[in-house]
Amino acid sequence: MTIEQSNGNSAAAETVLRQHWISVLAKANGRALELAYGDLAEPPSHERLRGPETGMVMVRGRAGGSGDPFNLGEMTVTRCTVRLADGQVGHGYVAGRDKRHAELAALFDALLQDPARRPSLTRSLIEPLLATQAAILAERARKAAATKVEFFTMVRGES
Amino acid sequence: MYVAVKGGERAILNSHKLLDEERRGDPRVPTLGLNQIEQQLGRAVDRVMTEGALYDRHLAALAIKQAQGDLVEAIFLLRAYRTTLPRFGYGVAIDTAAMAIRRRISATFKDLPGGQVLGATFDYTHRLLDFSLAGEHDSPPAAAVGPAPLDAAMPRVVDLLNLEGLIEEERPDPAKDRVSDLTREPLGFPAPRDMRLQNLARGDEGFLLGLGYSTQRGYGRNHPFAGEIRVGEVAVAFVPEELGFAIEIGEVTLTECQMINQFKGSKSHPPQFTRGYGLAFGHSERKTMAMALVDRALRGQELGEDGEAPAQDAEFVLYHSDNVEASGFVQHLKLPHYVDFQSELVMVRAMRAAQGEAAADD
Amino acid sequence: MAVTGPRPGFTAPVLACQQTFRSLLTAIAHPGRVMAVGTPLDPPLPLGLASAAILLTLADMETPIWLGGAGEEAAQFLQFHSGAPIAKERAQAVFAFVARASDLPPLVHFNAGSDASPERSATLIIEVDGLVAGQGRRLAGPGIEGETRLDVAGLDGGFWDAWRRNGARFPMGVDVIFTAGDRLAALPRTTIERS
Repeated sequence: MTIEQSNGNSAAAETVLRQHWISVLAKANGRALELAYGDLAEPPSHERLRGPETGMVMVRGRAGGSGDPFNLGEMTVTRCTVRLADGQVGHGYVAGRDKRHAELAALFDALLQDPARRPSLTRSLIEPLLATQAAILAERARKAAATKVEFFTMVRGES
Repeated sequence: MYVAVKGGERAILNSHKLLDEERRGDPRVPTLGLNQIEQQLGRAVDRVMTEGALYDRHLAALAIKQAQGDLVEAIFLLRAYRTTLPRFGYGVAIDTAAMAIRRRISATFKDLPGGQVLGATFDYTHRLLDFSLAGEHDSPPAAAVGPAPLDAAMPRVVDLLNLEGLIEEERPDPAKDRVSDLTREPLGFPAPRDMRLQNLARGDEGFLLGLGYSTQRGYGRNHPFAGEIRVGEVAVAFVPEELGFAIEIGEVTLTECQMINQFKGSKSHPPQFTRGYGLAFGHSERKTMAMALVDRALRGQELGEDGEAPAQDAEFVLYHSDNVEASGFVQHLKLPHYVDFQSELVMVRAMRAAQGEAAADD
Repeated sequence: MAVTGPRPGFTAPVLACQQTFRSLLTAIAHPGRVMAVGTPLDPPLPLGLASAAILLTLADMETPIWLGGAGEEAAQFLQFHSGAPIAKERAQAVFAFVARASDLPPLVHFNAGSDASPERSATLIIEVDGLVAGQGRRLAGPGIEGETRLDVAGLDGGFWDAWRRNGARFPMGVDVIFTAGDRLAALPRTTIERS
């Protein structure tokens, strides 16, 4: 493997990691991020490059679920971009209109890109958020599972 | 002739005050919280979001409160509000096969992978008024929790059980590089399917329900089966320009209906099962079923069917489905038409007089 | 770590957009009148305060911007804050920013709309060396009582001939907004220059 390829792969791996934490931060409860921010030993100073601002993203479906895309309707989305004092830029995009949630998501995105901070933040923030989200999903799925139909076969006549 | 009339300003202001007072009702009754509407009138919130074409439960609840529960008025409020927001972009097309299922049933396949999951449905209720809800106490027993969650993979039934290719497949056209958007361009004919589906998704549930029903009663019959209905949460992904890769920005609750329709075949198409599709925000089952029936009816021409039933007439359906437009045009009749009416009055009097003279001449 | 990411946009976007829009509206309603943009903004060069504020106010994801003589940093700044794509071809642009008036491409390269939809034409924002009202070229037309004068410093001599030809295409044609730092003046297609 050449060095270039290896860099390419690690950049791709980095993107996958970042996609993951951005998604977890977006789906988190805004208050959970506020608590985590309060727990930071040294809350970093940051400046806002853009937003927080609320707008819309058009949600697209597909004809028949798998065919050509079509525009279903929009959803409200709030976004924010911040820059830390050390120059690191973070982006937050969250469904809904919670501006503080978008700003904190951007802030944590910036912090998580710092290799020195990432391991502890992953442990203290991303993993617990993910566990909470998974627990909510599992609870919902178990309630749905309780409504699953068990069919009986009625045997009629003589065998 | 057009004569502008001024006046009524104070009457209008006082009418607004009266409207506010009536909306609030008896002040001794606690005011309705938006969280109460969101939580306890969820199906109304779902309809307002779908036809208002904006997913935001809190805003929909506010619209319902302000409109005093008049849902078409609430839909109008939401549509008006969305024009004040900037558009960040288009999301990546959602994948309903990856839905976190709350409900999933099929009327065509009994034994399907993942099973028939009833979820929360009115279907098997007895439609008897429950007077226990009329009291202050409303604490139903907790829902049953299964020992294990549903199967992680809940494939779409019509994709999975495509009986020897007898069900039409839905595949994206690789040559198609743009998606119609009715929020940016007016309806045009012939309307492509993406434009029709967007129109139907925003369309009035009552109008589509009546049209869908008409196809079942014989006006453009298309022999439908409910192949699958699923309700649940789907992640929405978006590619911000500055990142250059897709990120999930949240999830939305959706209802999807796959209708499978028997089709005898035509000159251009072999006999097979064809499909109609319905998709809506929230838990909107009746809406998506009606939408799927009408979507299939509107596909008649491309499938080589002949038929002139109302539900098959794209111009008729798509021009009249939007309740904000329809409500506006019907209700504008309340506005002063004093001069129009006066001129018609003069004309009718003249016609009467002419008729009288003609009778006298006979 | 080096400072990364684009510069900040408007600090109070709603207010700033409303103020900028108001200045622009007045300028277009009164061609030749010089207006100032008062909102704080620190755009990357060669964008000036007025030109950047106008583009952040008017452009969005559906209005491609063509940039003449502006570098990558200006392009990123505009894209990031307005969401507008950068047009590769002049004819695709809804807005065009020209950093130096002397490098202005022929006006006919830009979209002049059609007879059926003249409003679909491009608006050109041209950064000039200075704008002084009350002297210079004599302007007339809708929005001007009798005649007004505007001095546009740094404009190529051939511009006014091209402007006459642009006016001859009415109702089609492009509209121009001159900017100089925080100043702006408008030259809608209906404005006639009397030499």
